[in-house]
Amino acid sequence: MAELAAVVGIGQTKYQTKRIDVSIAGLVREAAMNALNDAGLVWDDIDAVILGKAPDMFEGVVMPELYLTDALGCNGKPMIRVHTAGSVGGSTAIVAASHVQSGVFKRVLTVTFEKQSESNAMWALSNPQPFSPHLNAGAGGYFAPIIREYIRRSNAPYDAGIKVAVKDRLHALKNPLAHLQLKDISMEMVEASPMLWDPLRFLESCPSSDGACAMVIAHEDLVDESPGKPAWIQGAAMRSEPTMYAGREQVSPHAGRDCAKDVYAQAGITDPRKDFDCAEVYVPFSWYEPMWLENLGFAEPGKGWELTMSGATSLDEGGDIPWNCSGGVLSSNAIGASGMIRFAEAARQVRGSAEDHQVEGAKKALGHAYGGGAQFYAMWVVGSEKH
Amino acid sequence: MQDVAIVSFVQSDCVRYAGAQNEVELIMPVVQAALKEAGLSSVQDVDFTCSGSCDYQQGAAFAFVAGVDALGAVPPIKESHVEMDAAWALYESWLKIQMGQAESALIYGFGKSSPGELSNVLSLQLDPYYLAPLGVDTISLAAMQARSLLEAGEVSEADLAEVVVNSRANAKNNPHAQLSGDFTVDQLLAEPEMVSPLRKHDCCPISDGAAAMVICTVEKAKAMGKPYAVIKGIDHRIETHHVTLRDLSRSPSVEIAAEKAGVHDAPVDVAEIYAPFSHQEIIVKRALGLDDSVVINPSGGVLAGHLFMASGLSRVGEVAKRIIAGEYKRGVAHATSGPCLQQNMILVLESM
Amino acid sequence: MSLENGSATGQQVEVLSQKFTLGFTYTRSTGPIVGRFLSSLRDGKMVGVKGSDGRVIVPPVEYDPVTAEALIEFVDVADTGEVVNWCWVAKPTEHHPLSHPFAWGMIKLDGADTPILHAIDTQGDASQMKTGMKVRVRWIDQAQGNIKDIVCFEPGDSSSGNIPRHDFEEPVVMMDAPTYLDYNYTAGNATARYLHQIRKGKIVGQKAPGGEFVYVPPRGSCPATGVATTEEVECADVATVESFTIVHIPIPGNPIKPPYVVANLLADGADVSFIHLLSEVDNDAVEIGMRVKAVWKPEEEWGYAMDNIRFWKPLDTESDKGGQ
Repeated sequence: MAELAAVVGIGQTKYQTKRIDVSIAGLVREAAMNALNDAGLVWDDIDAVILGKAPDMFEGVVMPELYLTDALGCNGKPMIRVHTAGSVGGSTAIVAASHVQSGVFKRVLTVTFEKQSESNAMWALSNPQPFSPHLNAGAGGYFAPIIREYIRRSNAPYDAGIKVAVKDRLHALKNPLAHLQLKDISMEMVEASPMLWDPLRFLESCPSSDGACAMVIAHEDLVDESPGKPAWIQGAAMRSEPTMYAGREQVSPHAGRDCAKDVYAQAGITDPRKDFDCAEVYVPFSWYEPMWLENLGFAEPGKGWELTMSGATSLDEGGDIPWNCSGGVLSSNAIGASGMIRFAEAARQVRGSAEDHQVEGAKKALGHAYGGGAQFYAMWVVGSEKH
Repeated sequence: MQDVAIVSFVQSDCVRYAGAQNEVELIMPVVQAALKEAGLSSVQDVDFTCSGSCDYQQGAAFAFVAGVDALGAVPPIKESHVEMDAAWALYESWLKIQMGQAESALIYGFGKSSPGELSNVLSLQLDPYYLAPLGVDTISLAAMQARSLLEAGEVSEADLAEVVVNSRANAKNNPHAQLSGDFTVDQLLAEPEMVSPLRKHDCCPISDGAAAMVICTVEKAKAMGKPYAVIKGIDHRIETHHVTLRDLSRSPSVEIAAEKAGVHDAPVDVAEIYAPFSHQEIIVKRALGLDDSVVINPSGGVLAGHLFMASGLSRVGEVAKRIIAGEYKRGVAHATSGPCLQQNMILVLESM
Repeated sequence: MSLENGSATGQQVEVLSQKFTLGFTYTRSTGPIVGRFLSSLRDGKMVGVKGSDGRVIVPPVEYDPVTAEALIEFVDVADTGEVVNWCWVAKPTEHHPLSHPFAWGMIKLDGADTPILHAIDTQGDASQMKTGMKVRVRWIDQAQGNIKDIVCFEPGDSSSGNIPRHDFEEPVVMMDAPTYLDYNYTAGNATARYLHQIRKGKIVGQKAPGGEFVYVPPRGSCPATGVATTEEVECADVATVESFTIVHIPIPGNPIKPPYVVANLLADGADVSFIHLLSEVDNDAVEIGMRVKAVWKPEEEWGYAMDNIRFWKPLDTESDKGGQ
């Protein structure tokens, strides 16, 4: 049986368009040091390092774990590098947790990053390939038709996406690390922003950020050696399915539903809206909040937008199930780190260390990440108690 | 730690150019064959799947996403990927079994190196400020590593050639090998130097292909009634990236991993060493503390065929299949990543 | 445990290959440690950093390789030194700094405890290379704050004297790192067979033997089952709009100007949609379920590419509308 493990340290960088004050190593180091300091530990306390990031084309460094080992104090230790597309930040946390839950390691450091300013996100994610039409539509062009189909099916009002875009940016104003700090954000401002991939507007899309996120995960036996409250890992799951197959449900993918079911069963979640105090869910385009509310069982099929519109997912409106109190991917998107930021922010909530975006008394939180053509999923449930 | 059983291993031929086969078409046959050999009918019969590959080999982001198309992942599966040699995918799967979240796993690695120039691709592994801009390539770094060994006076150029002679001779019995045949040390030393002190034959060939493996708990292997080899120990370690700060003639990371994996706990019969350059076999063999009684690289090793991103998994598979066949009782498998053996994994396998 | 390559991939087909370059001019922020070294290079000086054990490390590393401490104490070193390791590159590539045969060397600079790796130029003469030989930096004329400000090293036991002296006020914080790799992409078997049909103006999907689903375009397998799509099924160049987006970002080199419609199209006879352009229709009139037909380029322009179809447009006749 799996051993108990908990997050005992969390470190992030400030997310911003360009971190020109640091090298790639300096960026990951900053997050790692913050996590170590938060955990009250030094390099010698760490048994292994688990690194994650999205495509190497972002920085043009192949298998950068090789170059980053010195910055992460890993020399003489095990280093592993995870890459599962956009879900990688979540997958990396889960692989890190399994190092401890297996009983093989006592305490590990996990770090994810992207320094997107070294190149260009659109290019790094889909450089032109022979024999393939290059429509320059990018991720937005891929997801916009799926969103359109969601709107058609659910009869959602046209401004449900706008509402999410505003809500997450209001949350970001409570999180000094968040990239976008849009003090004047309003429904009118989002609606007036340029349409990019109809129905997605500029302000309904995530930014491109530099940043890194790190966590220290410790075995139950060592949790007390760190000063802060632990976030106990109560469940973790991953699911994958192919990008395109006949009959694939793209609006509410099968893999997402299965992954949620799996992680809920592990953590004893029967009614996610009631059982969770908050959730950090990978929403890079505004409409994915109502879509994931349904996919993850927080709302009935076709009713996710009603929850959004009612303010249930808003911290500012006193919602009963706040989503993305940190500002979410819509406010900070260092792709390789984005999934781990969700996992780490969920952990901050149950540790009571989320400062101005804290959900009071949060005891159980969901961290969620997805990637590829909404085909790779990673989720975990963290709690203030062991079970 | 509990023992974990290797119940099947399949790899494709190592070919310089796979022609009209994309990654999916390279993966499908080995995955299907590995599942079948384990007595399983589809990927749905294992609890976890993990792969290893490198986007830069084909020059497109998300190479592994196509890999999922090769599996039959509907309904969705529990799956993960490392941007590393598939030996590390095996490691991740082994952890999943240790924590009780899986009883069985499919591991695969694939690499189609022929579209690009591997040496230039690997140059981008190097320090992005000081080395990559100069175009320092991995063959040149390996050549300096060889010189550090030669100039220490403990190894001669004939010793390097001897490694190649043995590799090519052993590869005659490996139907998947790309290079094999009978050579003599004198013949090889008469060849010109390519990047001195290395000759062309001191460097591995570059191959296209894939490999797949099924592992499971020993209880499950017994229930399946299949012969298997047992993973008794597994460990991996990395060293500083700065080649100029390392003693390149030694491999401290192999030494640590060997100790942790329990290599020295009992005599070793056979070892498969992932040495893309002849002199690296000598460095790893020494770091493992293996004497001349140990059979090294009966498959020919990667000097006979190099499935970049799957060669480490193949080393494990080559040891496992010989143990399963009853040829040996206890063996060591080695995988590596990075310039000049920067990162290394060691496994100890035993018979059931 | 044996398997032939390609045993499961079905019919053989003429190989289709196409070259492409994966390239980008990366802009790297250096951080203070690397930046300090590059700033020094620009001024014609070599500088190292003191490691946790007191060793002078050149070029400076940001973190100690043993203790992982952040290193900050800089030490000036000479631009002359001794070769401690080397190899000879008889056939330089276009990625190398010199076009004639040269050596890579590890050079311990005077005042340093660890070597720097760079090229050594002996004018193509390998016999001059010896471990222990003295070399000096050959500086570039116009220093930029890049490792390439050192053109290479050359034999010599004293400084060349040709040291660039500039008075730059701002330290180096950024460097360009143009990175270009050449590839020769080869289409897979399934893709090649599909492209051969597209070349003839036909949309021919594929399915797995015994499978029910037809894939356009095929990618090698039925992803749901992981079985190779060895059977071919001709589909119509008429399709239904599954969904779409109106894109407001231009496509480089494409005459179609934004806003344009990118649609997920399900060809008649196929079971999976592909993405293509919709045109000759008012963007506001596009609907999910709309019936469209392919507008092909002139036959003489057909190649092995899906853009043999310029775009798709609504079916003309009323009776064709309404979907399947």
